[in-house]
Amino acid sequence: MLEGLLIGLQTAFSIQNLLMVIAGCLIGTFIGMLPGLGPMSIIAIMIPVAISMGDPSAALILLAGVYYGAIFGGSTSSILLNAPGVAGTVASSFDGYPMARQGKAGKALTIAAIASFAGGTLGAVLLMVFAPALSSVALLFHSAEYFALMVVGLSAIAAFAGSGQVAKAVIMTVLGLIMATVGEGALFNLPRFTMGIMDLQSGFGFITLAMAMFALPEALFLVLKPKDLKGDDGEIKDLRITKAEAKAIAPVVGRQSVQGFFIGVLPGAGATIASFLGYAVERNIAPKEEQEEFGKGSIKGLAAPETANNAACTGSFVPLLTLGIPGSGTTAILLGALIALNVTPGPRLMLDEPQIFWAVIMSMFIGNLVLLILNLPLIPYIAKVLSVPRNYLIPFILFFTLMGAYIGQNNATELLILVGFGVCATALKFADYPLAPLLIGFILGGMMEDNFARSMQLYDGIAFIWERPMTLGLLVIAALLVLLPSYRARRARARAAGIADGD
Amino acid sequence: MALDRWIALVLLGVCLTYGYAAWFTMDSSLPPFMQRNPIWPSTFPKVLSILGIITTTIILLGFEKSEVKEADIDYRRLGEYHLDQALMLLALMVIYALCLRPVGFLISTSAFLILGSFILGERKWHIMLPVAFIATGAVWYLVQEVLGIYMRPLPGIFGG
Repeated sequence: MLEGLLIGLQTAFSIQNLLMVIAGCLIGTFIGMLPGLGPMSIIAIMIPVAISMGDPSAALILLAGVYYGAIFGGSTSSILLNAPGVAGTVASSFDGYPMARQGKAGKALTIAAIASFAGGTLGAVLLMVFAPALSSVALLFHSAEYFALMVVGLSAIAAFAGSGQVAKAVIMTVLGLIMATVGEGALFNLPRFTMGIMDLQSGFGFITLAMAMFALPEALFLVLKPKDLKGDDGEIKDLRITKAEAKAIAPVVGRQSVQGFFIGVLPGAGATIASFLGYAVERNIAPKEEQEEFGKGSIKGLAAPETANNAACTGSFVPLLTLGIPGSGTTAILLGALIALNVTPGPRLMLDEPQIFWAVIMSMFIGNLVLLILNLPLIPYIAKVLSVPRNYLIPFILFFTLMGAYIGQNNATELLILVGFGVCATALKFADYPLAPLLIGFILGGMMEDNFARSMQLYDGIAFIWERPMTLGLLVIAALLVLLPSYRARRARARAAGIADGD
Repeated sequence: MALDRWIALVLLGVCLTYGYAAWFTMDSSLPPFMQRNPIWPSTFPKVLSILGIITTTIILLGFEKSEVKEADIDYRRLGEYHLDQALMLLALMVIYALCLRPVGFLISTSAFLILGSFILGERKWHIMLPVAFIATGAVWYLVQEVLGIYMRPLPGIFGG
């Protein structure tokens, strides 16, 4: 392994390749900030450039830089403007945006950058060590386990069910699942619930819904009740994280790197579930008083999804490099690029062309490091976005929400849907319905139904739930994640009422 | 009745309509080979509709006692906020959506940005106009020329 590392280092540390990674990070960060252009589309756009370079290692290093840059750029828009452009960064806005509202935008971005760096780097270490062994584990997962994994991901809604809010959180999730059934399902090829409208045939767009649920209501609230986005004294302060805060998020980062990585290894699960799950798990194991902070600007709540998200992105390289199976849209595009460069990923890659395998891994390290170095000094300037006068900022937020929905689908009807749902979401926000569960339900709903249907067909009934121990185990974990907080709350109430613990 | 229960009532209607569509209209058109499947296109929606109806009823009947929180914006006094501005911006977004194709990207976007800040009370034309034009041009250049996603720049009659 040491030898391989040296080969990788040698390849990666040429002037040309370092310039590549810097260019990639910058391009990725800036384009990634536009909602609607996620890592997948940016990499797809960069592929012609990468292929024309001819050198597979340099091309991969450039693409890795673009990839990590795009992920960080996506977090930026969800933290600063509550406009998550990629499903994987939705969970970052739960706590990142409240932090930005409190004037801690700089700190939030710093935490995001550091957590992403740690997640990506630890993920790369795990990738180096476990890649060959994990490839067989990834294949053990069947659709039944995927279904169970989605259910575990849905248990993140428990994090939004405050006191007296359980029914509201549940109905929002159900609503999200209902919206996910609109359109043509992959398994049935029948249009469902489209009411004969052609534009609904392909279902609702994710970005349209994300913008309508998060960005648009926020912008409308800012219009209704003018409030400075900056801190109370108009300064963007608190750029540095204190020692105590670093200590608080260190275990979170450690846990979520590992958890995120292993979820990312499973083909198809990916960064989205990893980030939701990371958020849910960290909230559940946090002490009572910190649990209250989640959703209101908790640093742990921001660090968890950011770490998990990046670690999962790294994890998704395991099936790609060892089996030649792309586990996500982004890695599928990378696979295309690799093949165009005359590299065939698969079990033989490590033996036949070790320099490429190790160059990929080293480029992950370097990509993450360069991103951190480039972005930490940039953060004050990025955070300055919020000090743009409100009269200019709000039209631009609205414009970028519209653009995000439009670029994805190139369909103007999508914009009308966006405005319509945005108004509904604002009404729901007035009535104190949590909006995040709706989006979680929508994102996971389609995948969940597909996997459920597939396992039903494989087992000709729902027997798979008890015949596959791993499925059962995951479902039990999901139930625990939902029930544990309410059990804790009940016990806390009982204790407050003066009843001693029966121990 | 508080707003959250009105919304629950609306959602109950949505769930009932959805449930009706799932339970009574979908299965008859199913081809015979699909009827032998253990799962039908309507299976998942059926479960969802029942779940939805149960939860909305719980909220509607107020089984779950929730504590009243101080909301960020009190919807009962909506008139005291800048409701007119919000409604005008929403109307502007709808107009933008309808104009984007026929009028072209450059004109409609510049107009959107200028009118948007005008609605919010900005009157400094010497800043508004350049900002809007430069931003529109930059976004169009990035999306169309650099990224290669087609957006009609000018009205159709100019061959854009």
